[in-house]
This record gives sequence, C-alpha cells and structure tokens, in this order.
Amino acid sequence: MNEEPKGGWLSRLKQGLSRSAAKLADPITAAFTKRRLDAAAIEELEELLIGADLGVATASKITGNFARTRFDKEVDSDEVRTALAEEIEKILEPVAKPFTVDTDLRPHVVLVCGVNGSGKTTSIGKLAWQLKAQGLTVMMAAADTFRAAAIEQLQIWGERTDSVVIAGKPGADAAGLAYDAFAQAKRQGVDVLLIDTAGRLQNKADLMAELEKIIRVIRKIDESAPHDCLLVLDATVGQNAHSQVEVFKDLVDVSGLMLTKLDGTARGGVVVALAEKFALPVNAIGVGEGVDDMRPFEARAFARSLMGLS
Amino acid sequence: MFDSLTSKLGDIFDGLTKRGALSEGDVDAALREIRLALLEADVALDVVKDFIEAVRQRAVGEEVLRSVTPGQMVIKIVHDNMVEMLGGDGSAGDAPGLDETGVNLAGPPPVAIMMVGLQGSGKTTTSAKLALRIQKREKKKVMMASLDVYRPAAQQQLAVLGEQAEVVTLPMVMGEQPLAIAKRAMDSARREGCDVVILDTAGRLHIDQELMDEVAKVSAATNPIETLLVADAMTGQDAVTMAREFNEKVGITGIVLTRVDGDARGGAALSMRAVTGKPIKLMGVGEKLDELESFQAARVAGRIMGQGDVVGLVEKAAETINKEDAEKLAKKMMKGQFSLNDMADQLAQIRKMGDVGGLMGMIPGISKMKKQMAETNIDDKMIVRQQAIISSMTAGEREKPKVLNGSRRRRIAAGSGTSVQEVNRLLKQFKQMGTMMKKMGKMGKKGLLGGMGGGMPPGMMPPGMR
Repeated sequence: MNEEPKGGWLSRLKQGLSRSAAKLADPITAAFTKRRLDAAAIEELEELLIGADLGVATASKITGNFARTRFDKEVDSDEVRTALAEEIEKILEPVAKPFTVDTDLRPHVVLVCGVNGSGKTTSIGKLAWQLKAQGLTVMMAAADTFRAAAIEQLQIWGERTDSVVIAGKPGADAAGLAYDAFAQAKRQGVDVLLIDTAGRLQNKADLMAELEKIIRVIRKIDESAPHDCLLVLDATVGQNAHSQVEVFKDLVDVSGLMLTKLDGTARGGVVVALAEKFALPVNAIGVGEGVDDMRPFEARAFARSLMGLS
Repeated sequence: MFDSLTSKLGDIFDGLTKRGALSEGDVDAALREIRLALLEADVALDVVKDFIEAVRQRAVGEEVLRSVTPGQMVIKIVHDNMVEMLGGDGSAGDAPGLDETGVNLAGPPPVAIMMVGLQGSGKTTTSAKLALRIQKREKKKVMMASLDVYRPAAQQQLAVLGEQAEVVTLPMVMGEQPLAIAKRAMDSARREGCDVVILDTAGRLHIDQELMDEVAKVSAATNPIETLLVADAMTGQDAVTMAREFNEKVGITGIVLTRVDGDARGGAALSMRAVTGKPIKLMGVGEKLDELESFQAARVAGRIMGQGDVVGLVEKAAETINKEDAEKLAKKMMKGQFSLNDMADQLAQIRKMGDVGGLMGMIPGISKMKKQMAETNIDDKMIVRQQAIISSMTAGEREKPKVLNGSRRRRIAAGSGTSVQEVNRLLKQFKQMGTMMKKMGKMGKKGLLGGMGGGMPPGMMPPGMR
C-alpha cells in the first residue's frame, strides 16, 4: 500500500477514508490504550462500528467474533483495529470484484439504476472514462428523460469521455430510447452501452415498473440483456441501503453495486452489512467528481482505512 | 435480522401494555430495545444516548408506575420526547398563522435564501419547490440563481425547473464564478423588483475547505436571511458530522429534509436537529414541484418510531380514492353486500396507491401484518394475479361466486394464467373479507379498522388480512 505514488488513487482513497476513519479510530485509541476486553469494552467497540453505519447486527457479529478469541485479555488499540479490520476484510473479500466487460457481446449492455441523487450520471461518466482507457468503445443512452437537464448532463460527460450519447426529448419514453440505443450500439458494434436511468425511490411502484419495462423492452433485441445491472449507492446513506438493494435486486436483478461519495466523511460501512446479507459484488467506488475518480473496490484497503490503519 | 422499528417497538410495547405495572427493569429492557431500534432508524449514536437518557428519567419512577396503562405511558413519553427533540413546539414550521412556510422572508427586498448541502441531496429541486411555494403562498416575486459551476448541466437544470415553476431564473453567463453570479443575482433582483432571491449552491463536501470558503464568501456578500441545509432523509450516521460542519462553517438557519416520500425511517432528522439546534423547516415529499411541505414533527416522529405515517397515508388515500365510490363501497360493506367486482375495485385502488409494502408501513401498528404478508407473499404481483383472476370471471360469476364449480374454476385459472389453487385462495379470501365486513358492519361505522387505531378510510382494506 505504501509503494503507491503520491497522489495516487490509493492515497486519495485513504485520504478520504481516513478523514472518516479518524473519527472512528480515535475513540478506539482513547478507549484501548491497553485495557481489559470486558463486556463494556465490547459494547463500546460495537457502538463505534454502528457509528460507521455498519448496522447493529453486523456490528455485534464482528465484535462478537473478535471477543470470542480475546475476551478478558489485555488488548491495545492497534491490536483491536487490526483484528476488526481483518474481520471486516473477511466479509468484504468475496464481494470485491471489479467490473469487467465481455467484448464478445458487442454491446455489453449495462443498466445503471438507483435512487435520486445517488450519483448515477456521474458514475456513468467515470465508468466510460475507465472503459475508454482500456481501449473499448462506449456508447451512452440518456434514458433519464424525467429530471430536468439530465440529458444535457450526460451529454457533457459524453463530450468529456469522447463517447456517443443517444438522447431523445425530455419526457420521452425511457424504454423506447434504451431500445433505440441498443439497436444502434449493436449496428455499430460498440463494446459497451451504458444506460442512464432516472433516479427512483424504491418504494414507488410505478417508477419501479418503468424500470422493469426498460429491461423488458431491451430484451426484445437480446434475451440476455442487460448483461449487467449496476445499482448506485450513496455512501452517506444509512440503513435504508438495505431496502434499496433488496427492492432493486428483486425487481431488476442487480448484478453489482457502485458505492459513491466515499471522499466525504461518510464511511459507507453499510456496505459491510450488505455484503453479508446480499453478497452482491461491489464493482467500483467513487472518490470524487473528477473524470478519473472511480476506483476498484478493494476489501483490504477499505477495511483497513475504515479502521484508520494505513 | 433487520426487523423494522415498527415491529420491534410493537413487540416491546405489546409486552408493556399487557402488564399492570412497570418496574425499572421493564423500562430499561424496553429502552434497550428502543435504543437498538433507533440506531437502525439511522439516529446517530450520541443522539440516541441523550434521547434514551431523557426518556429514562421521565419514564422510570412515579409517572409511569402510577399510570393506569404503563405501556401507553412509555409510548407517549418516547413520542413526546421525540417530537420535542425534533423541535415540535419551537419549530417555525408548526407555528400556524405566523408564516406558513416557516421560512423567514422579513427584510428589505431582495432577501437572499441560500441553499447548501452535499452532492445529490436535492438542492436544485428544493430550490425550485421553495421558489414556487413562496411565489404562490406569499405572493412574492422570486428569482432563482444557480451557483453550481461544477456539476455538468446543473445551471440548465435550474433554468428548466424555473420554466416549469414559472419562476424567473438569472440568465447564465458562461465561465462566471459563484461569488460573481451571486452578486449579479442580487443586483438584477433589485433592478427587477424581486422580493426573494434563492441561491442554489453546488453540492459540496463539508470537508472541502476550498468550497466551504467559497460558500462563506457568497454568504458574506449576499447576507442571506436564511441559509438552508438540504439533507436527504436517508442519510446515515454521518448526518451529525455533516450538519455540524455545515453549521459551523457556513452558519445554517434551518434544515430541509428531502425524500421523505421514500421508505427511510428518517432518523437523520433527529440527529441533525439535535446537533445543530436549528429547526427543520420543510420537507420534500415527492418529485413534483408542489411537493414541499412544512415540517411536521409529530408526523416524522411517528415514522422514526415506526408508528406509521398516518397523515401521509390519509393524504395518499384521498389523492387516489374517489370519495363517492368509497362511500358507496363502505355502505355495501356494512350491509354485507360485497361482490367480487367490489374486491376488484379495491385491488385496483390499492395498486393505484403504489407499493403495498410501502403503504402498509404507513399504517400504525401494522408491522406484524406486514410480516405475515411477506410470508404469505401478498405483494403487488399477487394483486395483479388476483385482478387477472377476477377479470377472467363472467359478470354473473362476480356477482354470485357460489356458482363457481370445479370446471368454472379451471376455466378461470386457465384464462388468467394462474392455477386452480390460486383461484380457490382468492375465493377463500373473498369469503373471509365478507364475513369480516359483516362483523364490522355490526360494530358500527366507527372506523373499519378501529381496533388498529388507524382510522383507515373505507375501501382500503387489503385482501386477505385477518
């Protein structure tokens, strides 16, 4: 981790995470400069994890595992942090899978969905940039025809990443637009088609039905599409992330998560609980608004940063 | 694993109400559960601790022990405390008559209102909603200006929303910096005789010193009468840090809670209020521009506690249910004349109101039923199938389900793409509903589900609920 060049992505991630971790780690340091690991100490640890949005159940499971081996022993803060980071890493390891493109598909159709304001359009822009850097051709479909200026927003990302953007008029049928884009991407033999959808709260049945319709319609071209369905999750979101994943997964068969806004003080700890519960891959994380601010999700780095370790 | 707060508190309070008197131990046990439940509702840890302590002090002791129904007393104390903490009495949004929006507009025009918050919290949409609200209710002329020069098409977004809301927006000038835009907005508002200028700032992280300095400069230049922090109701534990930092660095005067129409418990509201001491003034309850309401502490407290959003439910019902139809149906129900046609109408109404699960969450004390429903797979898809089954019947069959013999049932199953078992299940449910309605008819008109304390409007009874 230390051989990363200065200003490299890892140090930026760490910078972001350590701001959050500082708050998490400092009380640990304060509470655990050598002390006996008794019930009160374990509860304190549990609360610290809850404070990072891990949720009650996951927090108590992690601290429980830790306590089992070290209960009533003298422990210091570094030991606690390392041990908890290892527990968290174990949970995250299986879901840390970078997003990959199947170039045989032409196009590999990726549907990007999520609640309002989670960062779908920005994530698409960053993903396109990354795919471009891998030498792939990218097309975007502006299927968020609802929100004001969403189309223009994606078009600007298209210019930035030198990708074709298929767009219609505001208020146009999103499914129809996605279909047209898919047909065109197929004709042109584009490697990846990224479909941007409107933000929708998961408890809005009609909006969720609209998303299902997009899938139904693009399947008229290819039964196996969309080949990936990415759910964009805001790291500042708390336990409602469970509901978001559950409903979206149920209705549109989410294939992976993108965790955004990790450059703030929110720790995105809920992703640990999500990994346990849904085992969905975390395909990427967002650590800024710049075009190159998307990173692969790395279990060890994430877990250690979460606990304030370098 | 993640039981909803509703069912958790339901279990606790069931336990409490069944007993005559409460010991300190009982209160402690309940409070421990409440603590966990609040944490799961995203209330920040420190805030939960203070809250629990306040409730403990009020609950343990004579007040509860002497009361007739101790369980209810605890519920009341928890609820009252929550409303109080959310700013029930002091909140401007709750002061009737004074200024309905709860937003301060007093000052020599044009007064500035600055919107701040994290990326994606809903500032731009809220700006337009607020502008529309002030223009409509206060009959004041509003101008909006976007200071977001960072996010692609952010300025266009506000311009489009301005057109939709018929609110003036400051014309864009390419390459102009936020501070300059803000100054130009104030000048041009003065010239054009606008009363209020809403400054929609770019989303920013509270730790981004450069951007926080920028917003502080805009604030110094425009001297806003209100600086509103726009925050998502779904925000997790970080709400405390975020709200505190915005308050310290920019000096907020109030909070707008967005996406209250989602299914998040909204514990962040309590956290932010507690840590900043600033009132929550408004809440966003939908994507449409008129869906911005005064903050109602009692309503949000009910949600955080999982007692359901009764107001929201009634509003939603009123929106979708034709009143006359509902009354007609209610009369029929009371008389026990309830046909499959009526059931089909009901199913359609329930679907119109949106996701059944979300709807159920709004009804007080229903979390247990929600669980049962999850187990029995009563969901939107099931309602669609049930509608199909009824649609596959003849008019005569719908009026007189008695004629449905085996061969008719097979035909209906085939016609609706379901199975005979499903047809049978529907008929059984229909029968149960009929029986239940007759019983309720006898109980009188006092609310069909009076026992649930929900005051449910007629015609809203989901099928198959016992």
